[in-house]
Amino acid sequence: MLTRLGLTAALMLGMATATLAQDATPKDGGRFVYVAPYGSSITSLDITATPHTQDEIVAKAINRSLYKWNPESGKPELALAESVEKSADGKTYTYKLRDATFHNGDKLDADDVIWSYNRLADPKKALPGAEQMLQIAGVAEFQAGKADHISGLKKIDDKTVQITFINLAEPGWNLMSNFAPIYSKDYPEDQLASKPNGLGPFKLANYVPGSKVELVKFDDYYEEGKPHLDKLAIMLMGEASARDIAFRNGEIDVNVLGPVQYEAYGQDPALKDHILEVAEVYTRNIGFNPKVEAFKDKRVRQAINYAINKDLIVEKLLKNKAYPAVSWLPISSPAFDKSAKPYPYDPEKAKELLKEAGFETGLKFSVTATSNESWGVPIVEAIIPMLAKVGIKVTTDPVESSVLSDKILSDNFEAFIWSNSSGPDPLKYLTCFYSKTPQTACNYVKFSNADFDKLIEQAGNETDPAKQNEILKEANNLLQEEAPIWFFNYNKAVMAYQPWVHGLKPNAMELAIQDYEDIWIDASAPASRK
Amino acid sequence: MLRFIFRRTLQMIPTLLAVVLIIFVIFSVIPGSFISSLMAEGRNAMNADVVAHLNSEFGLDKPLLVRLGDYLWGLAHFDLGISYRTREPVWNVIEPRLWPSIKLALTAMGFAVVVGVPLGFLAALKPGSLFDTGTMMMAVSGLSLPEFWLGLLLMYVFALQLGWLPSFGYHPGSIKHIVLPAIALGVSPMALLARTTRAGVLDVMNADFVRTARAKGLTEPRLVFAHVTRNVLVLVLTTLGLQFGSLMGQAIVIEALFSWPGIGSLLVDSVSTRDIPVVQGTVIVIVLWFLVINMLVDVAYAAIDPRIKVA
Repeated sequence: MLTRLGLTAALMLGMATATLAQDATPKDGGRFVYVAPYGSSITSLDITATPHTQDEIVAKAINRSLYKWNPESGKPELALAESVEKSADGKTYTYKLRDATFHNGDKLDADDVIWSYNRLADPKKALPGAEQMLQIAGVAEFQAGKADHISGLKKIDDKTVQITFINLAEPGWNLMSNFAPIYSKDYPEDQLASKPNGLGPFKLANYVPGSKVELVKFDDYYEEGKPHLDKLAIMLMGEASARDIAFRNGEIDVNVLGPVQYEAYGQDPALKDHILEVAEVYTRNIGFNPKVEAFKDKRVRQAINYAINKDLIVEKLLKNKAYPAVSWLPISSPAFDKSAKPYPYDPEKAKELLKEAGFETGLKFSVTATSNESWGVPIVEAIIPMLAKVGIKVTTDPVESSVLSDKILSDNFEAFIWSNSSGPDPLKYLTCFYSKTPQTACNYVKFSNADFDKLIEQAGNETDPAKQNEILKEANNLLQEEAPIWFFNYNKAVMAYQPWVHGLKPNAMELAIQDYEDIWIDASAPASRK
Repeated sequence: MLRFIFRRTLQMIPTLLAVVLIIFVIFSVIPGSFISSLMAEGRNAMNADVVAHLNSEFGLDKPLLVRLGDYLWGLAHFDLGISYRTREPVWNVIEPRLWPSIKLALTAMGFAVVVGVPLGFLAALKPGSLFDTGTMMMAVSGLSLPEFWLGLLLMYVFALQLGWLPSFGYHPGSIKHIVLPAIALGVSPMALLARTTRAGVLDVMNADFVRTARAKGLTEPRLVFAHVTRNVLVLVLTTLGLQFGSLMGQAIVIEALFSWPGIGSLLVDSVSTRDIPVVQGTVIVIVLWFLVINMLVDVAYAAIDPRIKVA
């Protein structure tokens, strides 16, 4: 297994390198037809008003944040700032801003950053992106109504802004979020949803709600020589079968694949050479609610992990469009321990553990699940006979996606199956299992372990990234041992692309979100793309 | 006539109220909420303060009856409320979706009438013939084909294999883009119209006045076009009205499949995200469409058949 994971990581890196090498001489011009595959509409063109990936796909073309995610290095890096200086105590950062221009011609300055972050954190606006601001000093007081602005934001001069944070965590993890863009303070707020004004490489040309978003190259984009494309069309296509036909017909330039299509495309000589894969930072899991007496016992939770043959499920049901999970943190996480082994399939060991825990006569529980093919009812149905073999009777509680989160956050479940963000910031996502993190935040299984808490606190106070990673590895391994969830798989996101498309990147954060400024199309593209 | 239209318009009010009430109650008791839909993607849960402010902003923290009262008060002032998702007035969300939906429904119905009515007529004129059998077999198939599957089949044949038409998308001035979704949506009413027309024509052809007309020496084409057609039209119009009225609701699947920006796909998105004001607004539009079409059909009866008095 470890060899396989290692090979996978090497392949991913190799694929990325190959992509870059192949893309050494980009060509300018042309039209790229992309897809937003998570529904038939978007919520808003103002990304601060929505938490949905579907909207993020469009926002990535229009806006820019202070930092950006680098899919190749797997780390956040400066975007709108050209340099940063960190104070001796590691909590204050002074950013020198780039010369960047908004689509309406306004120039980026320190006031824009301060205004944008105050707006995001403003409790009266109730913006989902407020979550990204919580690390900035003074946000808590501002949100509680004890201050009229965020005290941790300070303008030094027009091009310099100083931000003080409440802890030592790398600020880029939050400030790179596409949900925390920098807007122009002088632009009317009520127009952001219909006529967005960003700092990104493309500006809005036409939006047909429920169908498509058309964008054109922004000539004053701050990165020299980019974007390469003249036009970008993003088609809102939630139906996988319709996308498949449109892709095969050359009407769209990429297709995001599900398990069945992944298998079909892999076997098709015309398509199999243009497939991009990446282990995304999502961990699919079954969470056990400790209010069920049996789940309070670690041995029961471990037994379930031993009793399920997840390799078989990944191979047969998910058509290998997933990586069997080891623990919580995904393969692409800097704190992923390559030497750790997943729970092996061992029903005898499971029976033994259940007997030790006093459940040799069996136990029963239900799993709340959506219809999702990769982490929903079909998966629960597959584990039912496996768990039955060790005396565990499982039933399904089928719900739709918004009901799933509702039931989990209101503690109205015995177990659930879900796909949760588990990266890229290992500290942030392991903190979900910190005992003081409420269930309504992300400690859905109300995990509480003193040793784990100590490691999280230790990692939070560690300034050396290498040492912090070692502590987080230990915490992740402890989590595996404690098994508060069944560690199922890490999503393998797969994108098929037309042979004339170049510059796509294996983005582990979310493959469907691409750096559009780096994409270009070659001379073999059909006339409709020229 | 004007009195009839006025009375029918007034009759729509209790129907609409009942629909609004049902939708309001259903979405108040079923599990899931707009807030939980924001967290459905498995990212970190939202900050509790943000959730509280959102609930307060949308009035979701008020008792059910107060919310219903607020909504009905707004409705009485032609205010459909504010969309939870986009935070725009609901009408602003629905309005750009209306014309694409109407255009699709009109085209689908046009296809159904142009193909279905002549087929039913011709089949009835030669009952038991190969053409009649073939037409009716086609009609039964058309009625039983799932729209989603038919849509995919059309895409596969006419876009992927033949390359004649685009497989998806919406372009306001393009005829090519509407052909496949309109056929996929229009096949079922076309089949029903063919069957209804055939049954109606067969019935009228056996009527006494037709026999009398034949005995008087009327030519067959004159008999069919001047007498049979007019008598069959009431039945055809009734079927057409009911089908046309329900097309906007039926288009939900087709719109999602073809990325057609109509109110059907808006309804699906709004239900899954529990954007209740938009769900209610969309349903009101769909119900109004149905009621208005059927009122127009009633008005048309009088024009076609003088024996029917709408007043």
